[in-house]
Order: sequence, then C-alpha cells, then structure tokens
Amino acid sequence: MKNSGRAAVLFLFPSFLFVAIFSLAPIFESFRLSFYRMILTLPWLGQKFVGWENYLDLLTDPVARHSVATTLIFVAVTVPLEVLLGLAVALVINEPFRGRGLLRAVVLVPWAIPSTVASQMWRFIFNDRYGLFNYFLFGDRTELYLAPLADPQLAIAAIMVADVWKTTPFAALIILAGLQAVPDELYEAASVDGAGGWQKFRRITLPMVKPAILLAFLFRTIDALRVFDLVFVMTQGGPADSTNVLQFYGYKKSFAEGMIGAGSAVSVLVFFLSLLFSLLYIRILGARVLRAG
Amino acid sequence: MKSYFFPLWIVAIGALSLIPFLWFVLTSVKGAAQITAIPPQIIPAFHGDFYRSAVNEYGLFRYLANSVIVAGSTTLISIAIGALAAYALTRFRFSWTRFYLMLLLAISMFPQISIAGPVWRILSHLGWLNTYHGITAAYISLSLPLAIWILTTFFRELPYEIEEAAWIDGCSRLQALRKVVLPLAAPGLFTAAILVFIHAWNEFFFALIILTNSDLQTLPVGIALFPGEYTMPWGEIAAASTMATLPLVVLTLLFQRRIIRGLSAGAVKG
Repeated sequence: MKNSGRAAVLFLFPSFLFVAIFSLAPIFESFRLSFYRMILTLPWLGQKFVGWENYLDLLTDPVARHSVATTLIFVAVTVPLEVLLGLAVALVINEPFRGRGLLRAVVLVPWAIPSTVASQMWRFIFNDRYGLFNYFLFGDRTELYLAPLADPQLAIAAIMVADVWKTTPFAALIILAGLQAVPDELYEAASVDGAGGWQKFRRITLPMVKPAILLAFLFRTIDALRVFDLVFVMTQGGPADSTNVLQFYGYKKSFAEGMIGAGSAVSVLVFFLSLLFSLLYIRILGARVLRAG
Repeated sequence: MKSYFFPLWIVAIGALSLIPFLWFVLTSVKGAAQITAIPPQIIPAFHGDFYRSAVNEYGLFRYLANSVIVAGSTTLISIAIGALAAYALTRFRFSWTRFYLMLLLAISMFPQISIAGPVWRILSHLGWLNTYHGITAAYISLSLPLAIWILTTFFRELPYEIEEAAWIDGCSRLQALRKVVLPLAAPGLFTAAILVFIHAWNEFFFALIILTNSDLQTLPVGIALFPGEYTMPWGEIAAASTMATLPLVVLTLLFQRRIIRGLSAGAVKG
C-alpha cells in the first residue's frame, strides 16, 4: 500500500492531539512541578526550584505518612474482598438458569451508579440517627446508635463497605470473561473421570481463570489506590484524617491550599505505587496477556 | 456445580446489588417525616414533593442539562476520533502503531490526580475553566484510551476484503471507512459509546476542579456538593440521585450483554 504510513499518521493525529495535550504533557508537567514551589491560583508569583523539598516534606509530614498507610490498608482490605466476592458472583452468573440475563444486568447496577450517588446513598445508610445500618444492629434502641462516619475506626470501614459494594461487579465481570473462555469439554471429561464439583473447581476452573483473577486484582488495585469520590462525599478525609487517602490529600494540597508542587509530589508517589503494583502483577501474570494485544 | 443452595445465591446477589439503591429511590418519594422514622418505613407515601423541590430550589434540571451536554458531546467526539484511530491501528501495522496502543494503555493507568493540576493550568491559560468545551476536552482525552481499545478489538474482527473491494470500486480510504467499515462496525461503535457515556456521565474528580461555577456543574458534582450543613436534605438528594441514575439503569438493563462484552474486550486484551 502506498502512503500507508502517512495515512496512519493522519488517522491517528486527532486522538494524539487530545492525548498529548491533556494527558501526556500533564504527566510530564506533574513530574517537573513536583520539584518546584508554586501557588496554583497565583501563577504570577512565579515558580521556585526547590529540589527534593516537596518529597522530603512528604516523608516527614505525619499527615502524609498516615495518608500513605491509610491508602495501603484500604487497598489491602478492599481489593482481596472485591476479587473474592467477584469470583463468587462470576461463578453464579456464569451458570445457565432462567433470568440469568436479568441477574447480570442487576449485578451491573452498582457499577453503573455514579460514585457520588453511591457515596450519598451509603452516607444515608450510615446516618447516626435514622440510618438502616443502625436499625439493623440495634433496632429501636436508638440510645445505642453509632455515628460510623464520625468515628475514626468505623469511618474507614464504612468507606470500605461502600467501595466493595460499588466495585465488586467490575471484578465479577472481568472474572466472568475468564470463565466464559473455559471450554465445557474440560468439565465433561472431568465428570467422566468421576471428579466432584469441588475437584472440578480446584483443578479446572481456578487454574483456567487465574489470569482473569490476577487482572481483576491489577485493575482493582490501581483503582483503589486513587479512591477519592467516596471519601470526598462521605467524610472529607475525616474524622481526624482517619480517611485521608492519598488522592484526597493530594487534592487538598493542590486545590484547597494551592500548593501545586507539593500536590504534584503526592501524585508522583501515587503513580509510582500504581507502577509498582502493575509490575508486580504483570510479573506474576507473565507477558502472555500483554502479547494478546 | 449447582446445588440446592443455588437459588439462594441468586437471591442474595440480586438483593445485595439492588436493595441499598432501591432504599434511596424509595426515600425520594417518601414524606419528610417518613425519612427520619425509626423503625424505618418501607412503603413510601409516593409524594413528588422532593422532586419538585429538587427542581425548583436546587436546580436539578440545570445539572441534568449540563450532564447531557457534557457526556453527550464527549461520547460523540470520542467515538468519532477513536474510530479513526482504531481503524488505523488495526489496518496499518507498524511498530509505532503498536507502541501507540501501549502508550494509551499506560496513560489510562495514571491516577487522575497526577494530571489534574497541569490540566487545570492548561485550561486556565486557555480561559476554558468553567466552560463546556473545557471539561469536554479533558473528558475526551480521558476516554480515548478506553474507546480506542474497545474499538480496535471490534475492528480487528472485520474482514479486510470488503474494504479492498470498496477501493477497487474507487473509494478512498476515508470513504471506505465511512461507507463500508463503520456500518459493519456499528455494534462495536455502539458498545464503546455506551461505556464512554457512562464514564463521562459519572466522572466527578475533573468536574469538581474544572467546573466551580454551579451554573455549569454536572449531576455528580451537584449531588456531591448538595448544600446542607446540619440537616441534610435527604429527600432532595435521593430525588436528584434517582434522576442521575435512571438513564444508566435503563442503559444497563437494555444493553447488559454489550456492556459486559465491551468491558471484557477492554480488559482481557489489556
């Protein structure tokens, strides 16, 4: 084909324009800004090169260190739960039964709901005077009612519950795609050999969907590292910074305090955490999945 | 694998998925005293008061219109640009086209916060903060990786011969794309469009920092920033939430198959 190189460039140019201006350049700019001190809303004050100062502040600021720990705990609790529950859901919606299409659509609902809607909804459920959560625990004995979102230990747990509810469907769908690729003949052959349900699950299903499970882990980890919407609506990082996850901390630094340099250092940190986890999972997965592209 | 417990699993999964949100929908049509009642009242009075007040006092329709404009234009432009790119990526195979696909994947892995500050500054320079085109431009670049990845998986399945026949008949590449490839790829375009629309409709972080003028804010921002310090207007929040979610629930119920296929196409290949 003549000129196909030129044609390719022409076809790809519009997408590249957007991606270059609003994604690629900002990524590099974030790295650069993390070495500067600058006020976001007062750019005419100039930017001063400060070397590693923003990173050193990040290391020494107890709020920042607590924020890193909170984010990692959040990831460590929610992601395994979501993948495990997602596997259970995927196994159910992979079986043939009447109304399976409807159940699949129903399972998608939490995924489709806007995250700020889900956040307000859980905030209402965790209300300290008339929330369903309290009613389920204590019934009419309102004197026992808890205020989960005002309690440092319970607040993070409440956000975890909301996150697991909202994102388990996504994990389930990834794993479902893996389950659908398992050929039925494998199960039939195993039945002929006298394998029971549990054995089939252990020896066929689990090894076959392992890549999908790891993929669900990867996507959920990267997403959980940048949890923001739930925290913004449900707790604003409080009480006492107990839910102040990294993306919220960085948001406050950049946009509330206007310290774009310090905020950029946070964003670089979140980026490297994501990269670290990605590399880890890709190592476990092997290059196999990437080659499929 | 099915046991006696299987129906229980179905019920449990369905109930856990739906009940929390259903509770909010019921709340939106309750009377004011019903919302705070203990024990909770399940059957609502079916009042429309909260919807009326959400529309009249909190400007629900304005948020709704903003969401339709922003998510709608994001979807149209992303799919148009994404289709061009996906076509090129599946039809021209150079080492750098593969690199481009990997680059898009890598970009979509970046946390929003790592580009938010610079994006804000670019839009501020252009005078595009608090404009539809400003937020739409940001959304297009956010959704292009997803759109292009889904579309390439669909385009790859289209036979090349049909296009070659069109060229022989004197069509240019662009004509062949428009008249032959796109009609055949319609299901793929539609699937990608649904997913891009849902993402744009739900996006909160960028909307929060770019749209500070409440006249231009989208539904997720309006719902997150609902005014009310000590007594939350739960009825109105529930009404607005129901309105914000209804289009998505309809889309999900109608196109469950496509959404699942699109998500797994984007994911499994990734």
